[in-house]
Amino acid sequence: MQPNSSAPPSPSLQDLQDVRRPPWLAALGWIAALAVLAIAPLVLTADSHKFYIELLSKVMIMAIFALSLQLLIGYTGLVSLGHAAYFAVAAYATAMLAPEGGPGNGWLLMLGALGAAAALALVVGALVLRTRGVYFIMVTLAFAQMVYFVFHDTKIAGGSDGTYIYFRPEFNVLRERPLTVNDPVQFYWLVLAALVVAVAALAVLLRSRFGHALVGIRHNEQRMRAAGYATYRYQLGAFVAGGVVAGLAGYLYAIQFGFVNPEIASWHQSGNAMLMVILGGVGSLAGAVLGAFSFVLLAEWFSTLTRHWQLLMGGFIIVAVALLPRGLVSVPAVLRQRAPRRRRNGNAQAAAQASDADARSREAV
Amino acid sequence: MTMMTHIPILQAEGLTRRFGGLTAVNGVDLSLALHQIHAVIGTNGAGKSTLINMLSGELPPSAGRLQLQGQDVTGWTQHKLARHGIGRSYQRNNIFLPLTVRENCRLAAQSRAQRAWRLWEPAQACRTSRALADEAMERAGLAAQAARLASELAHGQKRQLEVAMCLATQPVALLLDEPLAGMGAEESARMLDLLRGLRDGHAILLVEHDMEAVFAVADRITVMVNGTVIASGDPAAIRANAEVQLAYLGEEEGAHA
Repeated sequence: MQPNSSAPPSPSLQDLQDVRRPPWLAALGWIAALAVLAIAPLVLTADSHKFYIELLSKVMIMAIFALSLQLLIGYTGLVSLGHAAYFAVAAYATAMLAPEGGPGNGWLLMLGALGAAAALALVVGALVLRTRGVYFIMVTLAFAQMVYFVFHDTKIAGGSDGTYIYFRPEFNVLRERPLTVNDPVQFYWLVLAALVVAVAALAVLLRSRFGHALVGIRHNEQRMRAAGYATYRYQLGAFVAGGVVAGLAGYLYAIQFGFVNPEIASWHQSGNAMLMVILGGVGSLAGAVLGAFSFVLLAEWFSTLTRHWQLLMGGFIIVAVALLPRGLVSVPAVLRQRAPRRRRNGNAQAAAQASDADARSREAV
Repeated sequence: MTMMTHIPILQAEGLTRRFGGLTAVNGVDLSLALHQIHAVIGTNGAGKSTLINMLSGELPPSAGRLQLQGQDVTGWTQHKLARHGIGRSYQRNNIFLPLTVRENCRLAAQSRAQRAWRLWEPAQACRTSRALADEAMERAGLAAQAARLASELAHGQKRQLEVAMCLATQPVALLLDEPLAGMGAEESARMLDLLRGLRDGHAILLVEHDMEAVFAVADRITVMVNGTVIASGDPAAIRANAEVQLAYLGEEEGAHA
């Protein structure tokens, strides 16, 4: 047997190696992003800068939310259009569990918020995972709408008016005086820490056997079943994990604004998260973070330009998706690909394009 | 050949599958024995794929019983059957194209040591799955291709990978759905060598259109027509069977899909 005989080494192989994003580049990107975010509050110290600190906190919260959806869409192949439900349930749980007479225990409130999101994700996931494809999308949306209307049309937590959290919680750390997050900079550090934990937790999860199995299910569920995986349980596990991380974002949101209303459970919120994932790049944690930053910051900028900023936003997304079908995260790869292509008379173009998907999936594992 | 060691591994009794008014498979009895290649042949629409889908648990039977190593496994889910020793390959390539050959096999092998709750452990650190994957690639003749992406493989190698992924789960019964589909002569010869090598230690069901190949490797042949078994026996008996000649072998065989 000569396994090599029928496959002579093709010239395209070298091109494939060129296109793949090297691990050091990804690591460098994460470190640079963390450095910028860690330096920001040290630079933005003036009173007039508070706005930016609060805006960045909001962006990071949305990044955590987008990361949670990325786990489902980009790694498990579950296109959920009702992800705001878990965000909202955690935010409402925070508001309803927070004591009215003084600051609550931040850790316990977090536990309650994440627990509520996990419980809802478990119940909804157990049902929606029996459907596939476009039905899955519709049923996840339907459940999220149910959550929306429960908060909107019942007297729970103020109905359509929403409800307030009067005191921001405190965090006990090692017996010292509890840490407060009343100052925007303090809260900023809390959110940055949460974002780092979320990214690290998802990265660890994805490199585990569980994570590899999820990627296998995304690519070929039938084959995974034939190999002996109870794919439903894996998908449910991913669905709950995604709900918990979305819950973390909802919890932080409730603390930041001290106010929750049914709009955070609306389908716009779910749709925005999906746009962030698509804009940044499906199947990449960095893509979710990039997508959230560009989406929220652009929306902020566009809204200062015109009242019809959503038109601008829509146009931008269409252009971005047309030019960068693999999302903003693929910009370095596209640039690296362009440079040698000019020199090589565009010969490697087809091979390089074919390898795009490969490179992304490799990163996924 | 190996007639004296008939250890039955997978046995079907009266296996039947109806789709609405259509009976795709009708009361099929089948027994796969260890160290034997049992081929199932039949024209298109004879019910071979439905049969293999029922044997692997992908499709529940409408009636009939399935026994795996003496245990009644009728109605078991596919993943449970797989973990109890049934491995199957697919007629269409059903591999993880964007992943490397090694990861394709490792992922299949990981089903033997799932431990999904050990989230802190990297999958690549799972020794069991890596060892099983290496062994499967070696047996299937893909060791030299381990680092390549499955999408870069030649067609014949993809078929080999299909079998390697099956082997990586350490099955005792191998259900192979047209492993030679679309292969050239040289690739077919290599796959047949591989199948002969797998005979020891496995009970193999081979669904195949290539008659020459079937008669070259099979220890036993079952012929299906319209969902029913019309003959079953060793290759010589099947070749001599008048009913088979009339129903199947006499017909002009179309190009295998």
